[in-house]
Amino acid sequence: MQTLDLAKVELREVNSTLHAQKEDTNQTSWEVVNPKGSHAIAVGLDAPIEVTIMGSTGYYCGGMNKQATINVKGSVGPGAAENMMSGALIVDGDASQYAGATGHGGLLVIKGNASSRCGISMKGIDIVVHGNIGHMSAFMAQSGNLVVCGDAGDALGDSCYEARIFVRGSVKSLGADCEKKEMRVEHIEILKDLLERSGCDAKPEEFTRYGSARNLYNFDVDNAAAY
Amino acid sequence: MCGIVGLFLKDRSLEPKLGEMLTDMLIVMSDRGPDSAGIAIYGTDVDDNSKLTAQSENPETDFPNLDKDLGKEIGCKVSTRIIDTHVVIEMPTDKLEAAREALTIIRPDMRIMSAGDVIEIYKEVGLPKDVAARFHLEKMKGSHGIGHTRMATESRVTTLGAHPFSTGIDQCLVHNGSLSNHNSLRRTLQRDGVVIETENDTEVGAAYLTWKMKQGSSLGEALESSIDDLDGFFTFVVGTKDGFGVVRDQIACKPAVMAETDQYVAFGSEYRALVNLPGIEGAKVWEPEPATVYFWEH
Repeated sequence: MQTLDLAKVELREVNSTLHAQKEDTNQTSWEVVNPKGSHAIAVGLDAPIEVTIMGSTGYYCGGMNKQATINVKGSVGPGAAENMMSGALIVDGDASQYAGATGHGGLLVIKGNASSRCGISMKGIDIVVHGNIGHMSAFMAQSGNLVVCGDAGDALGDSCYEARIFVRGSVKSLGADCEKKEMRVEHIEILKDLLERSGCDAKPEEFTRYGSARNLYNFDVDNAAAY
Repeated sequence: MCGIVGLFLKDRSLEPKLGEMLTDMLIVMSDRGPDSAGIAIYGTDVDDNSKLTAQSENPETDFPNLDKDLGKEIGCKVSTRIIDTHVVIEMPTDKLEAAREALTIIRPDMRIMSAGDVIEIYKEVGLPKDVAARFHLEKMKGSHGIGHTRMATESRVTTLGAHPFSTGIDQCLVHNGSLSNHNSLRRTLQRDGVVIETENDTEVGAAYLTWKMKQGSSLGEALESSIDDLDGFFTFVVGTKDGFGVVRDQIACKPAVMAETDQYVAFGSEYRALVNLPGIEGAKVWEPEPATVYFWEH
């Protein structure tokens, strides 16, 4: 285990040390202590390493991640795992707004609650939130899975394209062009796998699937007057 | 951008350290707002006395003999405490309005920052650490306080454009965000006789709350109606003589983090601002919900 102490070294040095790890590094286990809400911790990693952040972070924790598994022993600020490509970000606490925004791949697990705009414009990332999510989540979501074990806020899945949204609890309101969908066998399988991988004991059968009604895909001439 | 910090003490033993804790929080928020900084501090209530905090561009000419001049004008004993460009003027509570009016005549260039029994507002242009040092914020004592670091968007970088804004007796407002209907709302309020001094959007927000309260709303009701009547982005933190409130607009894109322990309730635009508070590791930390008014009272 290598330890990087943010009370002693600059953030830039912490990140460049983590960036210097190659695919075949034998230093695979890292710990970042004293994060104290700092921004941009462990962004842009690209190696199969495990990084554990011992406390809460600020903006963009684990952003643009590839391959690395990042654990946060606290909560994360806005934009956690933004544009993640692969790997995982596992947050023990809560996440602020737009967690997993524009993510292309990998797994984002939030064991507490996520705030507004979780998974906004997601493009293939899998997001599992053990608690609740805020308003406008999965806005313009394009691909991937958003799993919510608690409740969802207003305007869920507004203007979404093709992402799958699974909610166990209540949905305050659905956004434009988002609708309830049938839960088929393949969805139960996807959900079972995601719940297992994210350490959640909820049963897939308890969830409802939501997705795009596909009415916004094409321009409807009857709406011309609205523009 | 802009940064907000706030601290409402439940444990009175922390009161001597209020300024020190708030100063630390304020300086952490410098990169959210390097243009100007300000703080509203709620100190000790002296029976039957009230105070005005006033600012002057020319303290060397405005402040000397101010106590005597004002005392003569309103017919009572007045005391002054000069802190850099600000002066805290104390007088019997029943002379507060007379003092405010008299000041506009005997010191027309001075600006009232706050009025009340306990509130003092200090604000100036410059980096938060420099502003804090000028006013010796770290030495201030009190039961609660609100600080603001400004990154100017809607009006010029001036002392009057800095936050907090006074919204009435012992009341203040700070704002992160930008109001988009402030020009039309300013005209509406001005037609109703409300005096608004700057082009600043937050001053309109503050004036709006004052106006609502003059019409009979409680602060809570005025904040509730602000959600419908103000257009734009806002996270507001307000202070009253005994209380401390938070409200965010429906979209809630301006950040806000709160922490509560047995000793205090704290607000920060970012968690970073809260990390050095005592017992933060065990605090309840959460993000205030959109379009929801939060309020704590002593």
